[in-house]
Amino acid sequence: MREAKLVLEDGTVFKGQAFGVEDKAEGEIVFNTGMTGYEEILTDASYKGEIVTMTYPMIGNYGVTNEDVESYTSHVNGFVVREFCNQPSNWRAKEKIDEYLKRIGIVGISGIDTRALTKRLRTEGTMKGVITTADKSEEELIAEAKAAPGLSGRDLVSQVTPDEIYEVGDGDYKVVLIDCGAKKNIIRSLTGRDCEVTVVPADTSAEEILDFNPDGIMVSNGPGDPKDAPYVVETVKELMGEVPIFGICLGHQIIGLACGADTYKLKFGHRGVNHPVKDLKTNRVYITSQNHGFALKDESLEGLNLEVTHINANDQTVEGLKHKELPVFSVQYHPEAAPGPEDSHYLFDHFIELMEKSL
Amino acid sequence: MPKREDLKKVMVIGSGPIIIGQAAEFDYSGSQACRALKEEGLEVVLINSNPATIMTDRNMADRVYIEPLTVKYIKEILKKERPDGLLPTLGGQTGLNLAIDLSEDGILEELGIELLGTPLDTIQRAEDRDTFKALMDEIGEPILTSRTATTIGEAKKIANKIGYPVIVRPGYTMGGTGGGVANNPDQLDEIAARGFKHSLIGQILIEKSIKGWKEVEYEVMRDANNNCITVCNMENFDPVGIHTGDSIVFAPSQTLTDKEYQMLRSSSLKIIRALGIEGGCNVQFALDPESFNYNIIEVNPRVSRSSALASKATGYPIAKVSAKIALGYTLDEIENAITKKTTACFEPALDYVVAKIPRWPFDKFHYAERELGTQMKATGEVMAIERTIEASLLKAVRSLEVGASGLKHEEVESWSDEQLTEKLKVADDRRIFVIAEALGRDWSIEKIHQLTEINTFFLVKMKNIIDLERRLEGEGLTPELIREVKRFGFSDREIGILTDKSEQEVNQFRKEHGIETAYKMVDTCAAEFEAETPYYYSTYERTNESEVTDEKKVLVLGSGPIRIGQGIEFDYCSVHSAWALHEKGYESIIVNNNPETVSTDFDTSDRLYFEPLAKEDVMNIVDLEQPEGVVVQFGGQTSVNLAKPLAEEGVNILGTSVKAIDIAEDRDKFINLLNELEIPTPIGDVATSMDEAAKIANEIGYPVLVRPSYVLGGRAMEVVYDEQELAEYMENAVKVSPDRPILVDKYMIGKEIEVDAISDAEEIIIPGIMEHIERAGVHSGDSIAVYPAQTLTAEQEAKLEEYTRKLAQALDVKGLVNIQYVLHDGEIYVIEVNPRSSRTIPYLSKVTGIPMVNLATKAMLGEKLKDLGYPTGLLPKQDHVAVKIPVFSFSKLRKVDTNLGPEMKSTGEVLGLDHDYNKALYKGFVAADIDIPEEGRILATIADKDKEEAISYIKDFAELGFEIVATAGTAEVLQEVGVEVEEVKKVSEGSPHVIDMIEADEVDLVVNTLTKGKVPARDGFQIRRNAVEMGIPCLTSLDTTKAILRVLQENKETGAEATVQALQDYV
Repeated sequence: MREAKLVLEDGTVFKGQAFGVEDKAEGEIVFNTGMTGYEEILTDASYKGEIVTMTYPMIGNYGVTNEDVESYTSHVNGFVVREFCNQPSNWRAKEKIDEYLKRIGIVGISGIDTRALTKRLRTEGTMKGVITTADKSEEELIAEAKAAPGLSGRDLVSQVTPDEIYEVGDGDYKVVLIDCGAKKNIIRSLTGRDCEVTVVPADTSAEEILDFNPDGIMVSNGPGDPKDAPYVVETVKELMGEVPIFGICLGHQIIGLACGADTYKLKFGHRGVNHPVKDLKTNRVYITSQNHGFALKDESLEGLNLEVTHINANDQTVEGLKHKELPVFSVQYHPEAAPGPEDSHYLFDHFIELMEKSL
Repeated sequence: MPKREDLKKVMVIGSGPIIIGQAAEFDYSGSQACRALKEEGLEVVLINSNPATIMTDRNMADRVYIEPLTVKYIKEILKKERPDGLLPTLGGQTGLNLAIDLSEDGILEELGIELLGTPLDTIQRAEDRDTFKALMDEIGEPILTSRTATTIGEAKKIANKIGYPVIVRPGYTMGGTGGGVANNPDQLDEIAARGFKHSLIGQILIEKSIKGWKEVEYEVMRDANNNCITVCNMENFDPVGIHTGDSIVFAPSQTLTDKEYQMLRSSSLKIIRALGIEGGCNVQFALDPESFNYNIIEVNPRVSRSSALASKATGYPIAKVSAKIALGYTLDEIENAITKKTTACFEPALDYVVAKIPRWPFDKFHYAERELGTQMKATGEVMAIERTIEASLLKAVRSLEVGASGLKHEEVESWSDEQLTEKLKVADDRRIFVIAEALGRDWSIEKIHQLTEINTFFLVKMKNIIDLERRLEGEGLTPELIREVKRFGFSDREIGILTDKSEQEVNQFRKEHGIETAYKMVDTCAAEFEAETPYYYSTYERTNESEVTDEKKVLVLGSGPIRIGQGIEFDYCSVHSAWALHEKGYESIIVNNNPETVSTDFDTSDRLYFEPLAKEDVMNIVDLEQPEGVVVQFGGQTSVNLAKPLAEEGVNILGTSVKAIDIAEDRDKFINLLNELEIPTPIGDVATSMDEAAKIANEIGYPVLVRPSYVLGGRAMEVVYDEQELAEYMENAVKVSPDRPILVDKYMIGKEIEVDAISDAEEIIIPGIMEHIERAGVHSGDSIAVYPAQTLTAEQEAKLEEYTRKLAQALDVKGLVNIQYVLHDGEIYVIEVNPRSSRTIPYLSKVTGIPMVNLATKAMLGEKLKDLGYPTGLLPKQDHVAVKIPVFSFSKLRKVDTNLGPEMKSTGEVLGLDHDYNKALYKGFVAADIDIPEEGRILATIADKDKEEAISYIKDFAELGFEIVATAGTAEVLQEVGVEVEEVKKVSEGSPHVIDMIEADEVDLVVNTLTKGKVPARDGFQIRRNAVEMGIPCLTSLDTTKAILRVLQENKETGAEATVQALQDYV
């Protein structure tokens, strides 16, 4: 195996071995604490622009099934592990993780003290970096890390949204999904609940969307800074009040922005499957699947027509919103799970109820 | 939901003595819960019969009752204490069963005592197979097609219908007692009969065997607001079919996709909600390795062995959180005690892998069936934390202390391919070594998988280890390879074996190349949040996280896995030592690897290292922490054995010196010392061959006591009566300890006396003298010990004090010393001196009120006993009597002979405490679950040598109204003295014989003494074994028989009503 390096913009250098594609990768380095679900994570479009570190030290134990995918390909910019498994075991395993990364063109690095890296990111905040097998000096590599593109200031949504409109499923409820990089399980969760889903590119206008005569609109998850997709914010503004709207993750931030709130970048984000979220109405706590680097500013919600419905039980950040008058609600986490706990599936039922009511 | 204000006083039920299937884990969970309750300002009342626990310390609860765990006694306590609530879910199966009994008795309702935590009907629904199945059907969770049977006929009908092989489990039991896999009707006959006997409700469950499926467990929590979380899941290395307590386990699961992980997680939550559990719960699944099909194997509506493991594996204190939930808190209101920033309402994320390996007692029980199945046989377990499967597995193997520093096993290496195949098919305790050997012989993964049904994932990981072993053998020491194998968990010692170097050379080589261990933190959150609790494991990674403080510090070595001869009492001592160090302003650092114990709770010591207790692993910590000294006195033989190797590395061993330990353990030096001090000891000598041994024995005269020179728990110690027996023994013993000589001593029949003392090398404190009921020759751990001694003269006691003082001073003992004496013909002899803590320390500390470990630790730090505020010398006797009675786990271990001898066999102990000797004794027997019949039939088969003594006891039993049954020889002598006796045939005389009678449950008590010599003891062995299988008390010692007789006589005179008193009211 070839030697490879992971270089952070603060000058930290980790040495490891290349796996997957041997090349250079750059992006913002984030960590995910899930112990399972790497296949879902690799194919989640929200990771566009990010180099993902898995904190669980052994990745690839159950191989890659090619079934548990959240989009047609992988979107991560790079993949960092302590150890990858070359002899996986699971009845659905079709490929080894190394083969899979090679096939879809993802640069990986293994043999990294991922815990040390995670602690660095936790204390210093997420930062940019490069993975490379190139034989360059550390100074050069640090300079490259600094020059790597960050998450803000570029429209990552446009890179993962579908080119064309398509329809999935058949059912009583017509839902238009504004696909900013939607996970497949959002679509599955809807079609499994008697919905006919029209998936539209993120830049589809409100008018076009309303032409489908939908019973409800879903604004999906997606990568990057929500402020870099102002066109979706505008679309959502126009759609509010027309039909029920449900936003997930980036969709949640977009709904917030559409209502006049502000977003900010979290120090190191929430990525994992163990985040406790409290429903303020019932005081119930749900364990949720999360993947976000930005969040709504709590104080920016003051005076708006929005009600905070859920907060993160660890750091009290905003996790759920409800419009005070209109049938609009959103969550920062992933009720569709995949990966992660299935505790919040009920939110889809709630969406169906809203559509039922406004029919 | 905030804490309930209506609860002021809560009673906790402990789990009683350590037995297989119910061990130290409940001391851990019980202690944690008691502390959590006290933290909330509640008055805590505790009942537990086990004196070796931290839980029964006077400071763990406001009122500590060391009383028998029976409804009768608990009722008395409830009446006396009137608690508002009763918390039964922390005392294992014992606690749950008692809760059910108490509730059915009506006492709870009568006194208005609320059952806290999980509701009673939930417990019943989860425990009763039929109602549980009905509930699972209702919520659509798959459970094996299984049915309950109450007769053999029914059982057979069910088995015919679902097809063999079938799994048989008794209803309401613990540790799978009496279960098994039946492949045909004949086996079913046998297993079902046992099952009925061991089920509290005479019910067995028959289900289709799903051998070969993955076994996966989830630890789940729920609060009254219906919040649910999973703390951890675990995947067994061994597939379904081997009891989870006997399985090697990894956490988290390894071969489950997220889909499978979440499928089983959702199922667990559904179950805990449907049951309405408030607190912790364990769900065991069987998962088809070829589909999404799964079955629920079992649900434990309480904290369990698995929850203790999950707590240590994740840092999530399940018992503490369960206790708080029982008080009304919701999960999000409880602090995450590790991070102190987040709440208990989250799911731990691991960034390491945990391996658990059980510790089995077959080194003690040579003739036991070693096969592993549905009935648990392990006495304890070890846990290891590392970043890869290979490394955690190797660390765990090293922690077992079975002489392995890697996967090589001498005995297994000598097996033929046929033997190996057989052992791969039928697992026993050597399984891991057997697989390694097969891999070493280049057997394919597929072939081994076919034979073992173990997931290829784990086999591949083991293959990686074998491949690295080969590379080491081929390439020798190179920096690159050593770096690599260290990352895979190889020990220096094993590398040395493979490269023909000494451990020392490897260690030096590795350090020269900067290959050093780093420590990582167990923080519940994979480094996502900052953690406050210093709980570490070692790994070969880039960054060390263990930041050493400037405080003065001391390392306390723990005692490793619970095994026969080294039980929970040493954990008790380690914990108290850590506390004493903390009290004296030292940073206390514990090193241990036992996940079941209080010592490995993250807030027991100031710092915790979860590591093997091997020289290399301990030295790595010493190198980093640079403690002022290391405490080796409290961790049993495990830590004492480390004293010398550590001292050789220049480590300061606190307290008694290594030299003194050596004198006490070295026969010649010890005898010289005794001669110098003019203290008598049984004559004897050291033999290195059979001829020498025979010569010595002839000189001093039979019977002689023989043993290897270094022993733990009387291992391989025996009394032999003639030369033939000696020859047989030598054959076996030499195998046990090849390079160590054999000690041959005169066996002195007499009263055994035990003294524990604290010494500062000048002065001593003897809190009390204990005498054993069984005469010398029965291992002290298996003897009933009475404090204060009842039969000694003041002169004899003075002599004991004098000898103890002389020995402590001569050996320069700083800390604890345990001395065993024998009183033979009015003269006191020293049998052995152990300059360390002993198994009687916890009990003696409790009943005398002397904090022995605390004082010993201070003495080790250089303080003088006279300055510590306690009187010195032999302390006056308390006016109560404490009787320690051993508890055995014979029903779990097939084919083990139950007779008592110099080799220890008990797994735990109970205490009978009262102001009256006979009452204390009676309480002890009740607590030990020795079901003494008040009337009925006694079967007596007495060896000729014992007949004279036995007859008077049997006669007294007859006078108490017992019917006597005896075999010919015994019957004859009894008739001679006018005892009415029914004669029963020996086995050789044909049916219906003595065994038939036992199997038919026609006997209530068996008195059987061992015939001279063991080989012809066939009848005796069968009698003892069958009595165990049928749950009939079987006495093999006439001293115990006499003690029970006296108790029965006393009960007849004064009645056997239960009186209870809290420890706090005794001392």
